Amino acid sequence: MATFTIMRLTFLEAARRRIALAAFLLGIAFLALFAIGFHFMRTETGLPTSEDPGTTLLRSQVFNFLGQMGLYAVNFLTIAMGALVSADTLAGEIASGTIQALVTKPVRRAEIVLGKWLGFAVLLAVYLTLMDGGLMAAVYLQSGYVFPNIGTGLLLTYLETLVVMTLTLACSSTFSTLATGGIVFGMWGLAFIGGFVEQVGALLNNATAVNIGIVSSLILPTEAVFRRAQYAMMSPVARSLGFSAGPLLVVSVPSLAMVIYAALYLLAWLALAVRQFNRRDL
Amino acid sequence: MVSPSFAIQTTGLRKAFGDNVAVRGLTLEVPAGEVFGFLGPNGAGKTTSIKMLLGLVAPTAGTGQVLGAPVGDRAARTQVGFLPEHFRFHDWLTAEEFLTLHGRLYNMPAPRLRARLSDLLERVGLMSFRRKTLRTFSKGMLQRIGLAQALINDPALVFLDEPTSGLDPVGRRLVRDIIRDLRARGTTVFLNSHLLSEVEITCDRVAFIKHGEVVHLSPLKTLLEGETRVTVRAGRLTPEILAGLAGLGRDMRADGSQVTLTIEGEAALPGLARYLVEQGAELYALTPQRLALEDLFIQIVGTDGGL
Ligand SMILES: Nc1ncnc2c1ncn2[C@@H]1O[C@H](COP(=O)(O)OP(=O)(O)OP(=O)(O)O)[C@@H](O)[C@H]1O
Ligand SMILES: [Mg+2]
Repeated sequence: MATFTIMRLTFLEAARRRIALAAFLLGIAFLALFAIGFHFMRTETGLPTSEDPGTTLLRSQVFNFLGQMGLYAVNFLTIAMGALVSADTLAGEIASGTIQALVTKPVRRAEIVLGKWLGFAVLLAVYLTLMDGGLMAAVYLQSGYVFPNIGTGLLLTYLETLVVMTLTLACSSTFSTLATGGIVFGMWGLAFIGGFVEQVGALLNNATAVNIGIVSSLILPTEAVFRRAQYAMMSPVARSLGFSAGPLLVVSVPSLAMVIYAALYLLAWLALAVRQFNRRDL
Repeated sequence: MVSPSFAIQTTGLRKAFGDNVAVRGLTLEVPAGEVFGFLGPNGAGKTTSIKMLLGLVAPTAGTGQVLGAPVGDRAARTQVGFLPEHFRFHDWLTAEEFLTLHGRLYNMPAPRLRARLSDLLERVGLMSFRRKTLRTFSKGMLQRIGLAQALINDPALVFLDEPTSGLDPVGRRLVRDIIRDLRARGTTVFLNSHLLSEVEITCDRVAFIKHGEVVHLSPLKTLLEGETRVTVRAGRLTPEILAGLAGLGRDMRADGSQVTLTIEGEAALPGLARYLVEQGAELYALTPQRLALEDLFIQIVGTDGGL
Protein backbone atom coordinates (compact mmCIF):
# COMPACT_ATOMS: atom_id res chain seq x y z
CA MET A 1 0.00 0.00 0.00
CA ALA A 2 2.63 2.52 1.10
CA THR A 3 4.85 1.09 -1.64
CA PHE A 4 2.40 2.31 -4.28
CA THR A 5 1.99 5.68 -2.59
CA ILE A 6 5.74 6.15 -2.79
CA MET A 7 5.79 4.88 -6.38
CA ARG A 8 3.20 7.47 -7.37
CA LEU A 9 5.20 10.10 -5.52
CA THR A 10 8.21 9.15 -7.63
CA PHE A 11 6.19 9.71 -10.81
CA LEU A 12 4.97 13.04 -9.52
CA GLU A 13 8.50 14.08 -8.62
CA ALA A 14 9.78 13.19 -12.09
CA ALA A 15 7.02 15.29 -13.58
CA ARG A 16 7.22 18.25 -11.18
CA ARG A 17 10.97 18.56 -11.17
CA ARG A 18 10.87 18.52 -14.96
CA ILE A 19 13.08 15.44 -15.05
CA ALA A 20 10.62 13.63 -17.26
CA LEU A 21 10.34 16.65 -19.55
CA ALA A 22 14.09 17.03 -19.89
CA ALA A 23 14.51 13.34 -20.67
CA PHE A 24 11.65 13.48 -23.14
CA LEU A 25 12.99 16.53 -24.98
CA LEU A 26 16.47 15.05 -25.08
CA GLY A 27 14.98 11.84 -26.43
CA ILE A 28 13.04 13.65 -29.15
CA ALA A 29 16.15 15.56 -30.17
CA PHE A 30 18.11 12.34 -30.31
CA LEU A 31 15.48 10.52 -32.36
CA ALA A 32 15.22 13.41 -34.79
CA LEU A 33 18.97 13.45 -35.22
CA PHE A 34 19.03 9.73 -35.71
CA ALA A 35 16.22 9.79 -38.27
CA ILE A 36 17.99 12.48 -40.28
CA GLY A 37 21.31 10.69 -40.02
CA PHE A 38 19.71 7.45 -41.07
CA HIS A 39 18.12 9.17 -44.04
CA PHE A 40 21.42 10.49 -45.34
CA MET A 41 23.28 7.26 -44.69
CA ARG A 42 20.60 5.46 -46.68
CA THR A 43 20.42 7.85 -49.62
CA GLU A 44 23.82 9.41 -49.99
CA THR A 45 26.27 6.62 -49.47
CA GLY A 46 25.70 4.82 -52.72
CA LEU A 47 23.58 2.17 -51.09
CA PRO A 48 21.34 0.60 -53.76
CA THR A 49 17.81 1.89 -53.23
CA SER A 50 15.98 -0.26 -55.73
CA GLU A 51 14.11 -3.31 -54.62
CA ASP A 52 16.61 -5.44 -56.45
CA PRO A 53 16.43 -8.79 -54.65
CA GLY A 54 20.15 -9.13 -55.02
CA THR A 55 20.80 -6.19 -52.73
CA THR A 56 18.25 -6.99 -50.02
CA LEU A 57 20.79 -8.80 -47.93
CA LEU A 58 23.33 -6.01 -48.12
CA ARG A 59 20.67 -3.41 -47.41
CA SER A 60 19.31 -5.15 -44.32
CA GLN A 61 22.88 -5.64 -43.18
CA VAL A 62 23.54 -1.93 -43.33
CA PHE A 63 20.21 -0.98 -41.76
CA ASN A 64 20.82 -3.35 -38.90
CA PHE A 65 24.27 -1.92 -38.36
CA LEU A 66 23.01 1.67 -38.29
CA GLY A 67 20.09 0.71 -36.07
CA GLN A 68 22.37 -1.05 -33.63
CA MET A 69 24.44 2.10 -33.34
CA GLY A 70 21.28 4.01 -32.47
CA LEU A 71 20.19 1.36 -29.97
CA TYR A 72 23.55 1.58 -28.32
CA ALA A 73 23.22 5.34 -27.93
CA VAL A 74 19.66 4.98 -26.57
CA ASN A 75 20.91 2.40 -24.13
CA PHE A 76 23.55 4.78 -22.89
CA LEU A 77 21.01 7.58 -22.56
CA THR A 78 18.61 5.38 -20.61
CA ILE A 79 21.29 4.14 -18.27
CA ALA A 80 22.44 7.69 -17.62
CA MET A 81 18.86 8.79 -16.91
CA GLY A 82 18.25 5.89 -14.55
CA ALA A 83 21.49 6.49 -12.69
CA LEU A 84 20.97 10.25 -12.47
CA VAL A 85 17.53 10.07 -10.90
CA SER A 86 18.26 7.16 -8.57
CA ALA A 87 21.61 8.53 -7.36
CA ASP A 88 19.92 11.42 -5.62
CA THR A 89 16.75 9.74 -4.49
CA LEU A 90 17.70 8.33 -1.08
CA ALA A 91 20.97 10.22 -0.54
CA GLY A 92 19.33 13.52 -1.44
CA GLU A 93 16.31 12.97 0.79
CA ILE A 94 18.53 11.95 3.68
CA ALA A 95 20.80 14.96 3.19
CA SER A 96 17.94 17.45 2.96
CA GLY A 97 15.93 15.81 5.72
CA THR A 98 12.76 15.31 3.67
CA ILE A 99 13.04 11.63 4.49
CA GLN A 100 12.31 12.28 8.19
CA ALA A 101 8.64 13.03 7.77
CA LEU A 102 8.27 9.94 5.56
CA VAL A 103 9.95 7.27 7.67
CA THR A 104 8.23 8.39 10.87
CA LYS A 105 4.92 7.45 9.32
CA PRO A 106 3.65 3.91 9.97
CA VAL A 107 5.48 2.56 6.92
CA ARG A 108 8.32 0.11 6.61
CA ARG A 109 11.55 1.58 5.35
CA ALA A 110 11.61 -1.25 2.83
CA GLU A 111 8.36 0.05 1.39
CA ILE A 112 10.00 3.39 0.71
CA VAL A 113 12.93 1.76 -1.08
CA LEU A 114 10.69 -0.59 -3.06
CA GLY A 115 8.27 2.19 -3.92
CA LYS A 116 11.07 4.28 -5.35
CA TRP A 117 12.54 1.29 -7.16
CA LEU A 118 9.19 0.43 -8.74
CA GLY A 119 8.65 4.04 -9.73
CA PHE A 120 11.99 4.23 -11.50
CA ALA A 121 11.49 0.79 -13.06
CA VAL A 122 8.21 1.91 -14.62
CA LEU A 123 9.66 5.23 -15.77
CA LEU A 124 12.63 3.49 -17.36
CA ALA A 125 10.36 0.96 -19.07
CA VAL A 126 8.30 3.76 -20.57
CA TYR A 127 11.37 5.70 -21.61
CA LEU A 128 13.11 2.72 -23.15
CA THR A 129 10.00 1.67 -25.01
CA LEU A 130 9.46 5.15 -26.39
CA MET A 131 13.08 5.62 -27.38
CA ASP A 132 13.83 2.21 -28.85
CA GLY A 133 10.33 2.08 -30.32
CA GLY A 134 10.85 5.51 -31.88
CA LEU A 135 14.20 4.48 -33.24
CA MET A 136 12.89 1.24 -34.74
CA ALA A 137 9.96 3.15 -36.19
CA ALA A 138 12.36 5.63 -37.80
CA VAL A 139 14.25 2.74 -39.39
CA TYR A 140 11.11 0.92 -40.49
CA LEU A 141 9.33 3.94 -41.92
CA GLN A 142 12.32 4.89 -44.04
CA SER A 143 13.51 1.49 -45.10
CA GLY A 144 10.93 -1.12 -44.22
CA TYR A 145 13.56 -2.92 -42.19
CA VAL A 146 12.44 -4.78 -39.05
CA PHE A 147 14.91 -5.92 -36.40
CA PRO A 148 14.83 -9.60 -35.47
CA ASN A 149 13.92 -10.69 -31.91
CA ILE A 150 12.80 -7.25 -30.80
CA GLY A 151 11.09 -8.60 -27.68
CA THR A 152 14.13 -10.46 -26.40
CA GLY A 153 16.44 -7.63 -27.31
CA LEU A 154 14.39 -4.99 -25.52
CA LEU A 155 13.87 -7.12 -22.43
CA LEU A 156 17.60 -7.68 -22.14
CA THR A 157 18.30 -3.99 -22.64
CA TYR A 158 15.72 -3.23 -19.96
CA LEU A 159 17.38 -5.70 -17.63
CA GLU A 160 20.64 -3.86 -18.09
CA THR A 161 19.15 -0.48 -17.24
CA LEU A 162 17.45 -2.01 -14.20
CA VAL A 163 20.76 -3.41 -13.01
CA VAL A 164 22.42 0.01 -13.17
CA MET A 165 19.44 1.73 -11.54
CA THR A 166 19.31 -0.80 -8.69
CA LEU A 167 23.03 -0.59 -8.06
CA THR A 168 22.74 3.20 -7.94
CA LEU A 169 19.82 3.04 -5.53
CA ALA A 170 21.77 0.72 -3.23
CA CYS A 171 24.76 3.07 -3.18
CA SER A 172 22.41 5.99 -2.62
CA SER A 173 21.10 4.34 0.55
CA THR A 174 24.58 4.49 2.06
CA PHE A 175 26.66 7.15 0.34
CA SER A 176 26.12 10.75 -0.68
CA THR A 177 24.77 11.59 -4.11
CA LEU A 178 28.18 12.54 -5.40
CA ALA A 179 29.94 9.45 -4.05
CA THR A 180 27.17 7.30 -5.49
CA GLY A 181 27.67 8.88 -8.90
CA GLY A 182 31.40 8.25 -8.69
CA ILE A 183 31.06 4.62 -7.67
CA VAL A 184 28.46 3.76 -10.29
CA PHE A 185 30.28 5.57 -13.06
CA GLY A 186 33.53 3.88 -12.06
CA MET A 187 31.98 0.43 -12.03
CA TRP A 188 30.25 1.03 -15.31
CA GLY A 189 33.52 2.14 -16.87
CA LEU A 190 35.21 -0.98 -15.53
CA ALA A 191 32.55 -3.22 -17.06
CA PHE A 192 32.79 -1.31 -20.34
CA ILE A 193 36.56 -1.73 -20.63
CA GLY A 194 36.32 -5.31 -19.42
CA GLY A 195 33.73 -6.10 -22.07
CA PHE A 196 35.90 -4.56 -24.73
CA VAL A 197 38.93 -6.55 -23.59
CA GLU A 198 36.83 -9.71 -23.69
CA GLN A 199 35.75 -9.11 -27.28
CA VAL A 200 39.24 -8.33 -28.50
CA GLY A 201 40.49 -11.37 -26.60
CA ALA A 202 37.89 -13.55 -28.26
CA LEU A 203 38.83 -12.17 -31.65
CA LEU A 204 42.49 -12.96 -31.02
CA ASN A 205 41.76 -16.21 -29.21
CA ASN A 206 43.37 -14.92 -26.03
CA ALA A 207 41.92 -16.81 -23.05
CA THR A 208 43.33 -14.43 -20.43
CA ALA A 209 41.68 -11.42 -22.04
CA VAL A 210 38.37 -13.28 -22.25
CA ASN A 211 38.63 -14.19 -18.58
CA ILE A 212 39.30 -10.58 -17.63
CA GLY A 213 36.10 -9.70 -19.43
CA ILE A 214 34.15 -12.39 -17.64
CA VAL A 215 35.41 -11.26 -14.26
CA SER A 216 34.47 -7.66 -15.02
CA SER A 217 31.04 -8.89 -16.08
CA LEU A 218 30.67 -10.56 -12.73
CA ILE A 219 31.46 -7.28 -11.01
CA LEU A 220 28.87 -5.48 -13.10
CA PRO A 221 27.06 -7.56 -15.74
CA THR A 222 25.75 -4.63 -17.76
CA GLU A 223 27.92 -4.88 -20.85
CA ALA A 224 27.44 -8.64 -20.99
CA VAL A 225 23.67 -8.37 -20.89
CA PHE A 226 23.62 -5.61 -23.47
CA ARG A 227 25.87 -7.59 -25.78
CA ARG A 228 23.44 -10.45 -25.56
CA ALA A 229 20.66 -8.02 -26.40
CA GLN A 230 22.65 -6.85 -29.42
CA TYR A 231 23.28 -10.39 -30.42
CA ALA A 232 19.55 -11.16 -30.30
CA MET A 233 18.74 -8.23 -32.56
CA MET A 234 21.66 -8.81 -34.89
CA SER A 235 20.95 -9.78 -38.47
CA PRO A 236 21.14 -13.57 -38.95
CA VAL A 237 23.90 -13.19 -41.52
CA ALA A 238 26.17 -11.27 -39.18
CA ARG A 239 25.42 -13.77 -36.54
CA SER A 240 26.39 -16.69 -38.74
CA LEU A 241 29.61 -14.90 -39.61
CA GLY A 242 30.48 -15.04 -35.96
CA PHE A 243 30.47 -11.33 -35.25
CA SER A 244 28.97 -8.08 -36.31
CA ALA A 245 30.74 -4.90 -37.09
CA GLY A 246 28.45 -3.04 -34.74
CA PRO A 247 29.65 -0.34 -32.39
CA LEU A 248 30.60 -3.06 -29.99
CA LEU A 249 32.14 -6.23 -31.20
CA VAL A 250 30.03 -9.23 -30.39
CA VAL A 251 32.39 -12.13 -30.79
CA SER A 252 32.06 -13.78 -27.46
CA VAL A 253 28.33 -14.01 -26.79
CA PRO A 254 27.55 -13.96 -23.09
CA SER A 255 25.78 -17.12 -22.02
CA LEU A 256 22.26 -17.42 -20.69
CA ALA A 257 23.87 -18.08 -17.32
CA MET A 258 25.17 -14.52 -17.44
CA VAL A 259 21.61 -13.24 -17.90
CA ILE A 260 20.41 -15.25 -14.93
CA TYR A 261 23.39 -13.98 -12.99
CA ALA A 262 22.43 -10.40 -13.88
CA ALA A 263 18.89 -10.94 -12.60
CA LEU A 264 20.16 -12.37 -9.31
CA TYR A 265 22.73 -9.59 -9.14
CA LEU A 266 19.92 -7.06 -9.40
CA LEU A 267 17.92 -8.74 -6.63
CA ALA A 268 20.98 -8.85 -4.40
CA TRP A 269 21.56 -5.11 -4.75
CA LEU A 270 17.89 -4.42 -4.12
CA ALA A 271 18.06 -6.49 -0.93
CA LEU A 272 21.22 -4.64 0.07
CA ALA A 273 19.55 -1.29 -0.58
CA VAL A 274 16.72 -2.24 1.78
CA ARG A 275 19.08 -3.60 4.40
CA GLN A 276 21.35 -0.56 4.38
CA PHE A 277 18.46 1.86 4.49
CA ASN A 278 16.90 -0.09 7.36
CA ARG A 279 20.00 0.22 9.46
CA ARG A 280 20.74 3.80 8.80
CA ASP A 281 20.32 6.67 11.26
CA LEU A 282 18.33 9.35 9.52
CA MET B 1 -5.18 -0.32 21.55
CA VAL B 2 -5.37 -0.03 25.32
CA SER B 3 -4.17 3.39 26.23
CA PRO B 4 -1.11 3.03 28.42
CA SER B 5 -0.76 5.38 31.36
CA PHE B 6 2.61 6.54 30.10
CA ALA B 7 2.93 7.91 26.61
CA ILE B 8 6.70 7.68 26.82
CA GLN B 9 8.89 5.64 29.10
CA THR B 10 12.64 5.29 28.67
CA THR B 11 15.44 3.73 30.64
CA GLY B 12 19.04 4.67 29.99
CA LEU B 13 18.45 5.48 26.35
CA ARG B 14 21.85 6.24 24.87
CA LYS B 15 23.20 7.32 21.53
CA ALA B 16 26.81 7.63 20.54
CA PHE B 17 27.91 8.80 17.09
CA GLY B 18 31.36 7.27 17.05
CA ASP B 19 33.17 8.86 19.98
CA ASN B 20 30.65 11.62 20.30
CA VAL B 21 28.04 10.72 22.91
CA ALA B 22 24.96 12.69 21.93
CA VAL B 23 22.65 11.23 24.57
CA ARG B 24 24.32 9.72 27.59
CA GLY B 25 21.42 7.99 29.23
CA LEU B 26 17.89 9.26 29.05
CA THR B 27 15.52 8.00 31.72
CA LEU B 28 12.15 9.60 31.44
CA GLU B 29 8.45 9.04 32.00
CA VAL B 30 5.82 11.16 30.34
CA PRO B 31 2.25 10.43 31.44
CA ALA B 32 -0.38 10.30 28.74
CA GLY B 33 -2.11 13.61 28.21
CA GLU B 34 0.73 15.75 29.50
CA VAL B 35 2.35 18.68 27.75
CA PHE B 36 5.98 17.96 28.39
CA GLY B 37 8.72 20.52 27.87
CA PHE B 38 12.13 19.21 26.93
CA LEU B 39 14.70 21.91 27.53
CA GLY B 40 18.42 22.11 27.31
CA PRO B 41 21.27 23.99 25.67
CA ASN B 42 22.31 23.56 22.04
CA GLY B 43 23.80 20.16 21.42
CA ALA B 44 22.35 18.72 24.63
CA GLY B 45 20.83 15.85 22.67
CA LYS B 46 17.20 16.91 22.52
CA THR B 47 16.72 16.25 18.82
CA THR B 48 18.66 13.01 19.02
CA SER B 49 16.41 11.88 21.88
CA ILE B 50 13.29 12.59 19.84
CA LYS B 51 14.79 10.76 16.89
CA MET B 52 15.42 7.70 19.03
CA LEU B 53 11.85 7.77 20.31
CA LEU B 54 10.62 7.92 16.71
CA GLY B 55 12.86 5.18 15.38
CA LEU B 56 14.82 7.54 13.12
CA VAL B 57 18.00 6.81 15.02
CA ALA B 58 18.82 3.47 16.60
CA PRO B 59 19.79 3.73 20.30
CA THR B 60 23.26 2.48 21.18
CA ALA B 61 21.94 1.20 24.51
CA GLY B 62 18.89 1.40 26.73
CA THR B 63 15.24 0.74 26.16
CA GLY B 64 12.18 2.82 25.62
CA GLN B 65 8.48 2.55 25.01
CA VAL B 66 6.27 4.88 23.07
CA LEU B 67 2.53 4.43 23.53
CA GLY B 68 3.21 1.06 25.09
CA ALA B 69 5.28 -0.29 22.19
CA PRO B 70 9.06 -0.50 21.89
CA VAL B 71 10.67 2.59 20.32
CA GLY B 72 10.50 2.50 16.55
CA ASP B 73 7.45 0.22 16.47
CA ARG B 74 5.63 0.71 13.22
CA ALA B 75 2.06 0.20 14.42
CA ALA B 76 2.52 2.69 17.27
CA ARG B 77 3.54 5.35 14.75
CA THR B 78 -0.05 5.37 13.47
CA GLN B 79 -0.81 7.36 16.64
CA VAL B 80 2.24 9.60 16.55
CA GLY B 81 2.81 12.96 14.89
CA PHE B 82 6.17 14.64 14.31
CA LEU B 83 7.31 18.07 13.27
CA PRO B 84 11.05 17.81 12.52
CA GLU B 85 13.47 20.48 13.64
CA HIS B 86 14.49 21.33 10.09
CA PHE B 87 11.02 21.01 8.56
CA ARG B 88 12.26 20.22 5.05
CA PHE B 89 9.58 18.72 2.86
CA HIS B 90 9.04 17.76 -0.78
CA ASP B 91 8.73 21.30 -2.02
CA TRP B 92 7.40 20.36 -5.44
CA LEU B 93 4.11 19.32 -3.82
CA THR B 94 1.27 21.72 -3.21
CA ALA B 95 0.11 22.20 0.38
CA GLU B 96 -2.92 20.04 -0.30
CA GLU B 97 -0.94 17.29 -2.01
CA PHE B 98 1.59 17.33 0.79
CA LEU B 99 -1.01 16.79 3.50
CA THR B 100 -2.79 14.19 1.38
CA LEU B 101 0.45 12.26 0.93
CA HIS B 102 1.16 12.17 4.63
CA GLY B 103 -2.44 11.31 5.46
CA ARG B 104 -2.22 8.40 3.02
CA LEU B 105 0.96 7.21 4.64
CA TYR B 106 -1.03 7.12 7.89
CA ASN B 107 -3.56 4.97 6.04
CA MET B 108 -6.32 7.45 6.66
CA PRO B 109 -9.60 6.79 4.88
CA ALA B 110 -10.11 9.35 2.09
CA PRO B 111 -13.21 11.13 3.45
CA ARG B 112 -11.69 11.59 6.89
CA LEU B 113 -8.46 12.80 5.34
CA ARG B 114 -10.29 15.33 3.21
CA ALA B 115 -12.18 16.76 6.17
CA ARG B 116 -9.09 16.86 8.35
CA LEU B 117 -7.07 18.51 5.57
CA SER B 118 -9.43 21.48 5.26
CA ASP B 119 -9.69 21.85 9.02
CA LEU B 120 -5.96 21.95 9.45
CA LEU B 121 -5.27 24.24 6.51
CA GLU B 122 -7.77 26.62 8.02
CA ARG B 123 -6.25 26.22 11.46
CA VAL B 124 -2.70 27.03 10.41
CA GLY B 125 -3.88 29.88 8.23
CA LEU B 126 -2.85 28.44 4.88
CA MET B 127 -6.25 27.79 3.33
CA SER B 128 -5.70 30.32 0.56
CA PHE B 129 -2.33 28.76 -0.25
CA ARG B 130 -3.55 25.21 -0.56
CA ARG B 131 -2.91 25.01 -4.30
CA LYS B 132 0.54 26.60 -4.10
CA THR B 133 3.66 24.47 -4.13
CA LEU B 134 5.72 24.42 -0.96
CA ARG B 135 8.65 25.85 -2.94
CA THR B 136 6.87 29.20 -2.91
CA PHE B 137 6.38 29.09 0.88
CA SER B 138 8.27 31.21 3.37
CA LYS B 139 10.04 29.59 6.30
CA GLY B 140 7.17 30.25 8.68
CA MET B 141 4.62 28.97 6.17
CA LEU B 142 6.64 25.76 5.85
CA GLN B 143 6.67 25.34 9.59
CA ARG B 144 2.93 25.86 9.69
CA ILE B 145 2.27 23.26 7.02
CA GLY B 146 4.69 20.97 8.83
CA LEU B 147 2.64 21.39 11.96
CA ALA B 148 -0.52 20.52 10.04
CA GLN B 149 1.28 17.43 8.78
CA ALA B 150 2.15 16.41 12.34
CA LEU B 151 -1.51 16.64 13.34
CA ILE B 152 -3.17 15.20 10.25
CA ASN B 153 -3.81 11.80 11.86
CA ASP B 154 -5.18 13.20 15.10
CA PRO B 155 -2.25 11.70 16.99
CA ALA B 156 -2.28 10.53 20.59
CA LEU B 157 1.30 11.74 20.94
CA VAL B 158 2.96 14.53 19.02
CA PHE B 159 6.63 15.48 18.96
CA LEU B 160 7.29 19.13 18.18
CA ASP B 161 10.97 19.92 17.74
CA GLU B 162 11.19 23.69 18.07
CA PRO B 163 7.83 24.30 16.41
CA THR B 164 8.00 28.09 16.58
CA SER B 165 11.59 28.71 15.50
CA GLY B 166 10.46 30.27 12.24
CA LEU B 167 7.18 31.83 13.29
CA ASP B 168 6.03 35.40 13.71
CA PRO B 169 4.29 36.44 16.95
CA VAL B 170 0.89 35.56 15.50
CA GLY B 171 2.18 32.15 14.49
CA ARG B 172 3.62 31.58 17.94
CA ARG B 173 0.36 32.37 19.57
CA LEU B 174 -1.29 30.02 17.10
CA VAL B 175 1.01 27.21 18.18
CA ARG B 176 0.26 27.96 21.82
CA ASP B 177 -3.45 27.77 21.10
CA ILE B 178 -3.03 24.55 19.18
CA ILE B 179 -1.09 23.01 22.06
CA ARG B 180 -3.79 24.10 24.47
CA ASP B 181 -6.42 22.45 22.28
CA LEU B 182 -4.34 19.31 22.08
CA ARG B 183 -4.09 19.19 25.84
CA ALA B 184 -7.83 19.65 26.17
CA ARG B 185 -8.32 16.65 23.89
CA GLY B 186 -5.96 14.51 25.91
CA THR B 187 -3.12 14.47 23.38
CA THR B 188 0.36 14.09 24.80
CA VAL B 189 2.71 16.79 23.54
CA PHE B 190 6.47 16.42 23.67
CA LEU B 191 7.71 19.94 23.12
CA ASN B 192 11.28 20.87 22.47
CA SER B 193 11.77 24.61 22.47
CA HIS B 194 14.23 27.34 23.29
CA LEU B 195 11.47 29.90 23.64
CA LEU B 196 11.06 29.63 27.36
CA SER B 197 8.26 32.16 27.69
CA GLU B 198 6.28 29.81 25.51
CA VAL B 199 7.21 26.75 27.51
CA GLU B 200 6.17 28.64 30.62
CA ILE B 201 2.71 29.17 29.24
CA THR B 202 2.10 25.78 27.67
CA CYS B 203 3.87 23.03 29.59
CA ASP B 204 2.71 20.97 32.54
CA ARG B 205 6.12 19.63 33.33
CA VAL B 206 9.61 20.34 32.11
CA ALA B 207 12.85 18.42 31.99
CA PHE B 208 16.20 20.10 31.65
CA ILE B 209 18.81 18.03 29.93
CA LYS B 210 22.49 18.57 29.57
CA HIS B 211 24.98 16.32 27.84
CA GLY B 212 22.14 13.95 27.12
CA GLU B 213 21.04 13.43 30.68
CA VAL B 214 18.10 14.75 32.64
CA VAL B 215 19.55 17.15 35.21
CA HIS B 216 16.27 18.50 36.51
CA LEU B 217 12.67 17.52 36.15
CA SER B 218 9.67 19.04 37.85
CA PRO B 219 6.21 20.41 37.34
CA LEU B 220 6.35 23.92 36.00
CA LYS B 221 4.30 25.27 38.91
CA THR B 222 6.71 24.26 41.65
CA LEU B 223 9.59 25.32 39.47
CA LEU B 224 8.33 28.88 39.34
CA GLU B 225 7.31 29.13 42.98
CA GLY B 226 9.70 30.05 45.75
CA GLU B 227 12.03 32.98 46.02
CA THR B 228 10.90 36.15 44.37
CA ARG B 229 12.65 39.41 43.67
CA VAL B 230 10.55 42.43 44.55
CA THR B 231 10.84 46.00 43.38
CA VAL B 232 9.64 48.66 45.80
CA ARG B 233 9.01 52.22 44.70
CA ALA B 234 8.40 54.54 47.65
CA GLY B 235 8.98 58.08 48.96
CA ARG B 236 10.35 59.12 52.33
CA LEU B 237 12.63 56.13 52.63
CA THR B 238 14.70 56.99 55.68
CA PRO B 239 17.91 55.10 56.43
CA GLU B 240 16.05 53.49 59.35
CA ILE B 241 13.32 52.22 57.09
CA LEU B 242 15.89 50.90 54.64
CA ALA B 243 17.72 49.12 57.40
CA GLY B 244 14.48 47.50 58.54
CA LEU B 245 13.62 46.58 54.97
CA ALA B 246 16.96 44.83 54.57
CA GLY B 247 15.98 42.60 57.48
CA LEU B 248 12.82 41.45 55.67
CA GLY B 249 14.67 40.01 52.72
CA ARG B 250 18.14 39.69 51.33
CA ASP B 251 20.34 41.06 48.58
CA MET B 252 18.74 44.44 48.93
CA ARG B 253 19.74 47.18 46.57
CA ALA B 254 18.56 50.75 47.03
CA ASP B 255 18.65 53.42 44.36
CA GLY B 256 16.89 56.60 45.39
CA SER B 257 13.21 55.85 45.64
CA GLN B 258 13.62 52.38 44.12
CA VAL B 259 14.60 49.35 46.14
CA THR B 260 14.89 45.74 45.04
CA LEU B 261 15.25 42.76 47.31
CA THR B 262 14.66 39.04 47.32
CA ILE B 263 11.93 37.61 49.55
CA GLU B 264 11.04 34.05 50.53
CA GLY B 265 7.91 33.90 48.44
CA GLU B 266 4.68 35.68 47.59
CA ALA B 267 3.44 35.14 51.15
CA ALA B 268 5.91 37.71 52.41
CA LEU B 269 4.47 40.52 50.28
CA PRO B 270 1.64 41.78 52.58
CA GLY B 271 4.03 42.00 55.53
CA LEU B 272 6.42 44.04 53.43
CA ALA B 273 3.67 46.49 52.46
CA ARG B 274 2.41 46.78 56.04
CA TYR B 275 5.92 47.52 57.32
CA LEU B 276 6.48 50.31 54.81
CA VAL B 277 3.13 51.97 55.49
CA GLU B 278 3.48 51.69 59.26
CA GLN B 279 6.94 53.25 59.10
CA GLY B 280 5.56 56.24 57.23
CA ALA B 281 6.99 55.57 53.78
CA GLU B 282 4.87 56.59 50.80
CA LEU B 283 4.36 53.39 48.87
CA TYR B 284 3.84 53.85 45.13
CA ALA B 285 4.51 50.36 43.85
CA LEU B 286 5.35 46.91 45.10
CA THR B 287 6.12 44.62 42.16
CA PRO B 288 7.12 40.98 42.55
CA GLN B 289 9.22 39.77 39.62
CA ARG B 290 8.69 36.11 39.18
CA LEU B 291 11.91 34.32 38.53
CA ALA B 292 11.64 33.73 34.82
CA LEU B 293 12.22 30.29 33.36
CA GLU B 294 15.19 31.76 31.59
CA ASP B 295 16.94 32.47 34.91
CA LEU B 296 16.11 28.98 36.06
CA PHE B 297 17.43 27.57 32.86
CA ILE B 298 20.75 29.29 33.39
CA GLN B 299 20.78 28.32 37.06
CA ILE B 300 20.14 24.68 36.29
CA VAL B 301 22.03 24.21 33.08
CA GLY B 302 24.79 26.72 33.68
CA THR B 303 26.21 29.30 31.35
CA ASP B 304 28.80 26.99 29.88
CA GLY B 305 25.93 25.84 27.68
CA GLY B 306 27.04 22.26 27.97
CA LEU B 307 28.96 22.45 24.72
N1 LIG C 1 24.17 12.43 12.74
C1 LIG C 1 25.05 12.82 13.67
N2 LIG C 1 26.33 12.45 13.59
C2 LIG C 1 27.22 12.83 14.52
N3 LIG C 1 26.92 13.59 15.59
C3 LIG C 1 25.66 13.99 15.73
C4 LIG C 1 24.66 13.64 14.78
N4 LIG C 1 23.49 14.19 15.17
C5 LIG C 1 23.76 14.85 16.31
N5 LIG C 1 25.05 14.74 16.65
C6 LIG C 1 25.71 15.31 17.85
O1 LIG C 1 24.93 14.97 18.97
C7 LIG C 1 24.86 16.03 19.87
C8 LIG C 1 23.42 16.36 20.17
O2 LIG C 1 22.79 16.87 19.03
P1 LIG C 1 21.25 17.24 19.00
O3 LIG C 1 20.92 17.65 17.62
O4 LIG C 1 20.48 16.11 19.56
O5 LIG C 1 21.20 18.49 19.98
P2 LIG C 1 19.97 19.41 20.37
O6 LIG C 1 19.82 19.30 21.84
O7 LIG C 1 18.79 19.11 19.56
O8 LIG C 1 20.56 20.83 20.03
P3 LIG C 1 19.84 22.15 19.44
O9 LIG C 1 19.26 22.85 20.60
O10 LIG C 1 20.97 22.92 18.87
O11 LIG C 1 18.83 21.72 18.43
C9 LIG C 1 25.65 17.17 19.25
O12 LIG C 1 26.93 17.17 19.84
C10 LIG C 1 25.76 16.82 17.80
O13 LIG C 1 26.98 17.26 17.29
MG1 LIG D 1 17.72 20.12 18.17
